[in-house]
Amino acid sequence: MADLRCNVAGIKSPNPFWLASAPPTDKKYNVVRAFQAGWGGVVWKTLGEDPPVVNVSSRYGALEYNGQKMMGFNNIELISDRPLEVNLREIKETKREWPDRAVIVSLMVPCEEDAWKNILKRVEDTGADGIELNFGCPHGMSERGMGAAVGQVPEYVEMVTKWCKTYSRMPVIVKLTPNISDVRKPARAAHGGGADAVSLINTINSITRVDLDLMAPEPVVDGKGTHGGYCGPAVKPIALNMVAEIARDPITRGLPISGIGGISNWRDAAEFIALGSHSVQVCTAAMHYGFKIVSDMVDGLNHFMDEKGYAKLSDFIGKAVPNVTDWQQLNLNFKTIAHINQDHCIQCGLCYIACEDTSHQSITASRVNGQRKYEIIDQECVGCNLCYHVCPAPGAITMMNQKATLPYLNWTKHPHNPMRVK
Amino acid sequence: MGNEQVRESAGARVTIAAERQARSLSQEEYKKTFCDIHPALDSKLAAVESSRCYFCYDAPCMEACPTTINIPEFIRRISTGNRKGAGIEILEANILGGTCARVCPVEVLCEQACVRNKAEDSPVKIGLLQRYATDYIFENKIQPFTRAAASGKTVAIVGAGPAGLSCAHQLSKLGHDVEIFEAKPKAGGLNEYGIAAYKMLENFAQREVDFLLGIGGIKIHNGKGLGTGVTLPELRKSYDAVFLATGLAGVNALQLVGEQLPGVINAVDYISTLRQTKNYSDLKIGKKVVVIGGGNTAIDIAIQSKSLGAEDVTLVYRRSASDMSATSYEQELAQTHGVTLRYWSKPVAINGDEKGVQSVVFEKTLKNVKGELEGTGEKFTLYADMVFKAVGQVLVPALLGEGAELLKISKGKIEVNAQKETSVAGVYAGGDCIAHKEDLTVVAVQDGKLAALAIHEKLTGRKLGLTGGKING
Ligand SMILES: Cc1cc2nc3c(=O)[nH]c(=O)nc-3n(C[C@H](O)[C@H](O)[C@H](O)COP(=O)(O)OP(=O)(O)OC[C@H]3O[C@@H](n4cnc5c(N)ncnc54)[C@H](O)[C@@H]3O)c2cc1C
Ligand SMILES: Cc1cc2nc3c(=O)[nH]c(=O)nc-3n(C[C@H](O)[C@H](O)[C@H](O)COP(=O)(O)O)c2cc1C
Ligand code: SF4
Repeated sequence: MADLRCNVAGIKSPNPFWLASAPPTDKKYNVVRAFQAGWGGVVWKTLGEDPPVVNVSSRYGALEYNGQKMMGFNNIELISDRPLEVNLREIKETKREWPDRAVIVSLMVPCEEDAWKNILKRVEDTGADGIELNFGCPHGMSERGMGAAVGQVPEYVEMVTKWCKTYSRMPVIVKLTPNISDVRKPARAAHGGGADAVSLINTINSITRVDLDLMAPEPVVDGKGTHGGYCGPAVKPIALNMVAEIARDPITRGLPISGIGGISNWRDAAEFIALGSHSVQVCTAAMHYGFKIVSDMVDGLNHFMDEKGYAKLSDFIGKAVPNVTDWQQLNLNFKTIAHINQDHCIQCGLCYIACEDTSHQSITASRVNGQRKYEIIDQECVGCNLCYHVCPAPGAITMMNQKATLPYLNWTKHPHNPMRVK
Repeated sequence: MGNEQVRESAGARVTIAAERQARSLSQEEYKKTFCDIHPALDSKLAAVESSRCYFCYDAPCMEACPTTINIPEFIRRISTGNRKGAGIEILEANILGGTCARVCPVEVLCEQACVRNKAEDSPVKIGLLQRYATDYIFENKIQPFTRAAASGKTVAIVGAGPAGLSCAHQLSKLGHDVEIFEAKPKAGGLNEYGIAAYKMLENFAQREVDFLLGIGGIKIHNGKGLGTGVTLPELRKSYDAVFLATGLAGVNALQLVGEQLPGVINAVDYISTLRQTKNYSDLKIGKKVVVIGGGNTAIDIAIQSKSLGAEDVTLVYRRSASDMSATSYEQELAQTHGVTLRYWSKPVAINGDEKGVQSVVFEKTLKNVKGELEGTGEKFTLYADMVFKAVGQVLVPALLGEGAELLKISKGKIEVNAQKETSVAGVYAGGDCIAHKEDLTVVAVQDGKLAALAIHEKLTGRKLGLTGGKING
């Protein structure tokens, strides 16, 4: 069995699976149940100053796609709506009772030095392992100059991070918002401010659905709705990209990352780890199925690592990062083409019409003895993968890499590039 | 009904005139008639099927499984591509999860409880997914189990069927040595000698036994057992505990004139021969076959008679379809194989001459006001070249040899307490030889597991609980 122990900037946990700061980590009751189920750590639901915020009733929207519930999930909740004192007491008790698990406290207070200074001291007293700065909440808090309102301004990120490093001994994780065009900028700012790690992504501005009878966005609160934060399986691709961007950025390279966004199983987690995450955080999947999903996460990651010969997490953390590159570095002389395995083809014709109507007219449709038959025209196929993706019969279409006939050539040297390096 | 003192078959002696035999089929035809009743899922189908599971909380399917396999968990593992983890999850709760995936009447167990039945009448195919997961372990020769530190204790087990093997494996895992005494030449019990051939293809029973023994610490003495080489008092003296898992070695008789005629055969004996036959054309089967009984065995012999080439097979049961212990799914299976099912009729005479059976006379029955079965007086005759009796197996205490009379028997089965301990201290029992609502492989496996827990506690003083179907520690 592989060694799943995880260490993010000195914060240690028996496995890399943490619950993200959200309702699952809102109180001791939940967190204890999570630890009993096997979670390695938690980021406590974000704490703010008293008096606590007030939440609305009806809080979540969701995207159901082809029968899959909660493909995407959105919420209009705020930070913890419980008194600070209660949270701090429960954090302290929890950490004392579960010393081997990571307990990280998420914080969001106004952008004033004293506000941070005061709360940091109180958090330190709980014995928590570290703090996470919530610069990401896209709704409700940003209107008050907190959350994403800070996260979208790199200078603020750097400033608050510095305060936290100044007034606390605890490792500081900066949680980044994806509601920004270039995530490297706040990441660099966090790094510049002395952050020990970054975590990402927080939720994405979104409206999941409009109720066409009420003519209002979901979730509907007394006839009105507002944009919420999007998360769940649908956001994973966005999160993976942002993680990779930070992992390969020359300035932030090596900065530990806690990956978040749509992680539902060990495979998702392994992908985040391969792109440079030291730990992963989960919210929606736990809210969908309960804490017991961690069992397969731990077991599946273990078997995967055994199979690949990775003895410990660091053996594959960031292993895919060197293979993430800029477009202009890709080999323009590489060619792959689609191949249809007639034994697996179910003759639905989807590949044909996709290619015929919207791609490169590289598939023929014919009838052989009355039977439908679809075949690739090798010379026409550009290897775009569209047919492969639309094909509902696994194994029917495979992409076949062609033997290289020409040497590696990228755009920077391509004859069509007017600005090519000569 | 009295007991016919029949020892587990040395093979059914079938004498039947050549002109009354059905013609042999070609090898190709046998391949078709004995093909896998539920072909295995491939990875595509497994992906689709596993995605149908809702991952219920406190899942009803899990509760419906006698071994409490964590079904949602193993299905989730399949869906995430963790097939190895899925297989191990199953085998931890049920070491014969491979057989159970093939033979469990899932329509009355896990699948009947699936919440999908409520909305769409189409449960997740749990049995097939279980097979998909466990096959991975066997195919890849994975040995997921290790033994705890040696306890220095040795337990004797009588019978290497599902109950005995399950108990042996758990005990070995817990650090005890095990010696199994098995009367037959092969281990597996009815997995090897009884279950229908179309459920257990490709020598699966022996492959599974090999996997199970792979943990080490289990020695099997074949051809040796209670009444044949060893006695209960000897075992008690030489071992730290004894587990009896002998199944049911006797069969009920019809007690009718003509029962001894050639061609009137105990179904279990015939099946036992069938399961050991390399070439089905060596088996003799009549053109017209009558099966008497209402359980698994009756259904199995009826279907397999058809598969061997019998032209007309009629299964006759004395009560209604819903009284049959064979499930309605199994009854339908028999019908789709061309078996005629007749209910509310009991045999009253078997006719024939020294050359063999010729017909069976039945009397129609009904339930009287007191709820008792009663003949109506109306009779009919079915012509038969062969008659299979499948009216239940029984425990024959006398066959357990000298010293076994100490065992308290109640209602024909060995009496045990909640810890599966018999009236004789240090002697435990499980599987078909103790009383259950229904005798099933999966129930025998659970008995073996629970007995192992109790024996472990007795031998070490340490009590281990269960989490779901898994033994703690
Ligand atoms: C024809 C048939 C079909 C069946 N089909 C199904 C099915 O599809 N699904 C299902 O769930 N259940 C089925 N069952 C029931 C299932 O097979 C049994 O419930 C299960 O095998 C019981 O396991 P066991 O270990 O108690 O006994 P067995 O499987 O009977 O094993 C007992 C073992 O003990 C050995 N033995 C007996 N006496 C002695 C002795 N004195 N000394 C030493 N060894 C001895 C025997 O040789 C045998 O190996 C079927 C049963 C029959 C008869
Ligand atoms: C209902 C809800 C409340 C959340 N509250 C917080 C919060 O208080 N602080 C925070 O940093 N993130 C919060 N998040 C964001 C999550 O921590 C996480 O970043 C996001 O949901 C993406 O992960 P997922 O796809 O696994 O859900 C919340 C998310 C949800 C769904
Ligand atoms: S989950 Fe349902 S029952 Fe629970 S608080 Fe929300 S709306 Fe109410």
